[in-house]
Amino acid sequence: MSPSITKSSENNTSEPQSFVIENVSLFGHTDSHLVVEDGDITLVRGSDTELSAEEIPEHAVRIDGSGLIALPGLVDIHTHLREPGREDAETIESGSRSAAAGGFTAIFAMANTTPTADTAGVVEQVWSRGKEVGLVDVHPVGAVTVGLGGEQLSEMGAMAMSKARVRVFSDDGKCVHDPVVMRRALEYVKTFDGVVAQHAQDPRLTEGSQMHEGVVSAELGLTGWPAVAEESIIARDVLLAKHVGSRVHICHVSTAGSVKILRWAKEEGIDVTAEVMPHHLLLTDESVRGYDPRFKVNPPLRTQQDVEAVRAGLADGTIDIVATDHAPHPDEDKDCEWGSAAMGMIGLETALGIVQKTMVDTGLMTWADVAFRMSHLPARIGRVEETQGLALNQGEPANITLVDPKATYTVDPAATSSRSNNSPFGGVELPGRAVATFLRGKPTYLDARFEGIFA
Amino acid sequence: MKHLLSTSDLSREDAIRILDTAEQMAATQEREIRKLPTLRGKTVVNLFFEDSTRTRISFEAAAKRLSADVINFSAKGSSVSKGESLKDTALTLQAMGADAVVIRHWASGAAERLAESGWMHGAVLNAGDGTHQHPTQALLDAYTMRKHLIGAEAGPGAHFKTATGNDLAGLTIGLVGDVLHSRVARSNVALLTTLGAKVVLVSPPTLVPVGIETWPVDVVHGLDVALERYDLDAIMMLRVQRERMSGGGNAFFPSPAEYTRLFGLDGDRMRRLPEHAIIMHPGPMNRGLEITAEAADSPRSVIVEQVSNGVAVRMASLYLLLAGEEGGE
Repeated sequence: MSPSITKSSENNTSEPQSFVIENVSLFGHTDSHLVVEDGDITLVRGSDTELSAEEIPEHAVRIDGSGLIALPGLVDIHTHLREPGREDAETIESGSRSAAAGGFTAIFAMANTTPTADTAGVVEQVWSRGKEVGLVDVHPVGAVTVGLGGEQLSEMGAMAMSKARVRVFSDDGKCVHDPVVMRRALEYVKTFDGVVAQHAQDPRLTEGSQMHEGVVSAELGLTGWPAVAEESIIARDVLLAKHVGSRVHICHVSTAGSVKILRWAKEEGIDVTAEVMPHHLLLTDESVRGYDPRFKVNPPLRTQQDVEAVRAGLADGTIDIVATDHAPHPDEDKDCEWGSAAMGMIGLETALGIVQKTMVDTGLMTWADVAFRMSHLPARIGRVEETQGLALNQGEPANITLVDPKATYTVDPAATSSRSNNSPFGGVELPGRAVATFLRGKPTYLDARFEGIFA
Repeated sequence: MKHLLSTSDLSREDAIRILDTAEQMAATQEREIRKLPTLRGKTVVNLFFEDSTRTRISFEAAAKRLSADVINFSAKGSSVSKGESLKDTALTLQAMGADAVVIRHWASGAAERLAESGWMHGAVLNAGDGTHQHPTQALLDAYTMRKHLIGAEAGPGAHFKTATGNDLAGLTIGLVGDVLHSRVARSNVALLTTLGAKVVLVSPPTLVPVGIETWPVDVVHGLDVALERYDLDAIMMLRVQRERMSGGGNAFFPSPAEYTRLFGLDGDRMRRLPEHAIIMHPGPMNRGLEITAEAADSPRSVIVEQVSNGVAVRMASLYLLLAGEEGGE
């Protein structure tokens, strides 16, 4: 046996191979058979009749898709993979594994690493490491300003022209708060059809802030993070985008007021897109009572009224997409008093279940909407629509997520592929989850029920 | 009672029990030998992440008069200032067998975190957490009010009832100053309300928290308005922190002089209070800022007495947490 063959048989599951998914529901409404060969979807047809012998490729693995929903592989435009710099919290490998387990086939890695992803060298390192791991497409986000300092524009052109082909730029974690810097950035990224993803947080209005400013913060004696600190920046930035004719993307929309401003901006024809996080669809500032730092996140958990507003905004398209803001932190940064704890929560593996719970099972969205807002649109916003977020059609790459919408489970924060377990959803019951993920025909995650079938 | 973390956890009965126990404790302090054997063999740790000599000494005196062993653990000059976490400190105290930890911490919620995290098993007594709660301060304030305004000393009309066993129903209490950053205010609002008193907060709008509308209080912006509108039985002047006055965009009011003009208690304003009203301050005072010497040193002022009542209330709290019912009198 030659070394190359040995290697190939060891990595059997990572090689593209043929498989068929029978009786699966496309987007939750069309019962179909899917055939995948050499990484591409080669046949999609209704499942009113069984697949014939000719339709099933030789040696194809057969997957019973009954009861499952097939979606295009999910795309998350907002994650923190912590590499380089904080590999104790997450690596590109562990983050990719967690993403695949959550049903994602492409993720965008934010620039707030150490060193900052503000040069072509760093973004290429992230990109090539993602490729090496090969579980999801890892697209680095470039910093807008050098070192996220908010003052000097980083060399965005070099990052755009690098192998990493960066199109999304963000100082996420920090707001590009200087209006002139923001204006220049919005103008400049037009050079390469880029977009600035703004972390909308007025820094002066949120100095020392610990949680949403309102009834609960007043009682708990925690410094407030007022909704207006988010809304005022969004208002400014949509006006700037209008003025200079650029597109802008708003990260982690969390307040009812933000939804109103975005709705107005879209009516005005302003080229703005926006994302909401699963935790802002489900949790409120009431969770902060008890001071458990797992609920500490930025922007903070808001009120029930805000939760309802962002749900409605996502349902009517005012908010375009769901992104996770997956933010891993090691235990020692969460197992402490609230004031010392880091902000952020992991979310790649629970995102789909939370969207099902809050949006699908409530009748606000269909599974086709989920495909649109968690795959197609984020791919388009991130300008990776040629490889990701594609329809499940014959001839397209086989980026497929199989969802079991009846696989009710209780979240166990320790049971994650992420290197960190700072999930606020421990003990929460979620109605469904991804049970298989395929990246260009290669299984990148398989639930226990499929164990061994690709061996 | 396993811990004493927040006055909002106390029922009316809990609160009255603490106040009544404090009365008994105070009575023992009149005796020739003031030390009680009640907590002999128990270890009480004063864990102070924030400077507060007054509160620490008060707790230390209370524990010692109950014969407990007292260990003082302050952030300064200890491993805490070298970056040891609250968790590791707690594990250390657990290993040393602390029966109760009296904690003062700069972070709101730190006492609750210590109590609920499973890092240690002893009783936790919150001696001030960030801008959240300082329950023994509110208890000593309520004790002082009850003694002067409800009990036999309350003057004509109040003689028919004694303080013991009673709440503060019918009283109107003014809290003047920085409510936003005040754990004293938060603790007092919860406790006084539970005990049936009406609370009036007198504060510049910049020092009232957003979200206060759900609090069971009246809010007025100006001490003159408060004196006109209410017959206050007690007025509590809150300390104004120096850092709230620093310039630029960080100041919460234009100048110390302006604060004094609108919110300071001087002799003239003191004379507009009902005759029986008492003047309180949690200390330390900024004389000339929130209160003038004339008011602070007047016969109506019970500020110094608050300090001695503090020892009795803390004795009662430690006693109820550590001796519980078994040592009941």
